[in-house]
Amino acid sequence: MTRQKRSRHRLKRTVAPYLYLSPSLVIIGLLMLLPMVTVISYSFQNSAVLRRDPSFAGLKHYQAIFADPVFWASLWHTLYFTCMSVVFHMTIGMIFALMLNSDRINPTLRNILRVLYILPWLFTAVIIAVIWRLLLEPNGVVNSILMQLGLIGSKIEWFSSPETALHAVTFANIWAGYPLFMVSLLAGLQGIPKDFYEAADIDGAKGYQKLTFITIPQLMPIIISISLLDFIWTMQVFPLIWITTGGGPIYSTEVLSTYTYKLAFSSYNLSQASASAVVILLISLGLTLFYIRYQKAR
Amino acid sequence: MRKRHTTKDRLITVALHVALAAGLFFAAFPIYWMLTSSFKSNTEIFALPPTILPKAFTLEAYAAILGDPVKLRFFFNSYFVAFVVTVLTVLIALLAAYGFSRFNFRGKGSLNTLIISTQTIPPITLLIPFFGLVVSYRIFDTYIALILTYLVFTLPYAILLMTGYLNTLPRDLDEAVAVDGGTSWTALWRVIVPISLPGIVATSVYTFLLCWNEFLFALTLTKSTSMRTVPIGIQLLMGQHAFEWNQMMAMSVLGSLPLLLIYLIAQRFFLAGMTAGSVK
Repeated sequence: MTRQKRSRHRLKRTVAPYLYLSPSLVIIGLLMLLPMVTVISYSFQNSAVLRRDPSFAGLKHYQAIFADPVFWASLWHTLYFTCMSVVFHMTIGMIFALMLNSDRINPTLRNILRVLYILPWLFTAVIIAVIWRLLLEPNGVVNSILMQLGLIGSKIEWFSSPETALHAVTFANIWAGYPLFMVSLLAGLQGIPKDFYEAADIDGAKGYQKLTFITIPQLMPIIISISLLDFIWTMQVFPLIWITTGGGPIYSTEVLSTYTYKLAFSSYNLSQASASAVVILLISLGLTLFYIRYQKAR
Repeated sequence: MRKRHTTKDRLITVALHVALAAGLFFAAFPIYWMLTSSFKSNTEIFALPPTILPKAFTLEAYAAILGDPVKLRFFFNSYFVAFVVTVLTVLIALLAAYGFSRFNFRGKGSLNTLIISTQTIPPITLLIPFFGLVVSYRIFDTYIALILTYLVFTLPYAILLMTGYLNTLPRDLDEAVAVDGGTSWTALWRVIVPISLPGIVATSVYTFLLCWNEFLFALTLTKSTSMRTVPIGIQLLMGQHAFEWNQMMAMSVLGSLPLLLIYLIAQRFFLAGMTAGSVK
């Protein structure tokens, strides 16, 4: 190769990656980063979106949100909903993964059950919401089974009484979300070297000792990273709650996403909704930084 | 291996199978109930005691859904938008992944972090500016609005997934093309794409799922019944005929078919797509 040719080749190697990345970067820049800047600026404007020349509002909308008891209730419900969901997703996912991984069950049965246990994952949030509304109807099958078993005395209105609604939507979300943990932990379990258990057997370790000293420590990286992701995603849940309870009754299942949505598209207070959206963004970004740092440390 | 058939051992095995059965009931009963309810009449759904199998098996709910052009339109919209977004996402993500996987360049690390972190941006945060943009560019209530906004959410993960796949392919292959005087562009289409089919399929499956399930943007950025997608259609159905549970269940079954079929046909790719980002 002549020198000229070589330098042109080198130039191509330097420019080429940017060209390959450019469509993605344009889309992410224009449709993700720019809107993020926009929503932040909306949150400092009076009547954002609705007026062409909005005036500067300062921190007014943030103050309005922090003074709103419904916002704090939504934050609390979001935390309860998210923490309970993540803990139970992990517990159920772990139990199912350990059961499926046991050598006490026949391989055919294991394969069939693995497919069936994943089922809740294959359904859209809207459909999950509709299924649970049918199951938990006051005249529905759950109430009639519980009454026949004598566990409840009268029909419970799961989604429409303030005492039970939040628990009911959380339960539906727990049901919908454990397969991610199950599948990931099952893959993790199959990756633990068999020698570890054989060495433990030689030392006379009991079943629960193998679980606490080998299995769980080996799965820890998966448990932590999936829990973080699950936490971030569960915090953002919208359709499940929107379709089952719509945030009601009397705000008892209002979460940050439904609270923000109603501010924006029921009250058309887009500025205040933007402030609330920015708060959600900040919480998510904080958790994301934590997640990325954890991934890099590994 | 040890094979002791003590009483205790047998008890554990029995207990495990009881637990497996309980797990199966927990996981599958709601879906079983949806499926059987879609074949029941509306009065039978709430019969006391509940009927485990439909006593009078009927397809009337499916006939009502499939005979209604408004509902068929929901399905068309969902398939159309998901299909277009999948094609675009796979193409754009493939190019970006090729850049990430085969080149070293300034800013690579920070771009990678940027793409990882965009995955967790809450949709509700972007919804309000999207609404502003969509209205001001006069694409409110159009396919373009849905396609563009879905693209932003499918792209980051698709890039990570494709990059992960391309990294597993040996570099000798594209270097061979370079020796023959071919450009990286030729190497991509002649060598990489033909052997990347598994990665492309996994990415497509994942993208299609995400689009098919999307609710928030479809709810806010479209308005007319003819632009609505299946998830919104189900919600509308619930508002209009609040007590026609059999129709709602039939629509839910039809709305779940694509995902169930993809899962049954391409289980490996499905799981690869759903877990690759979180396990790595």
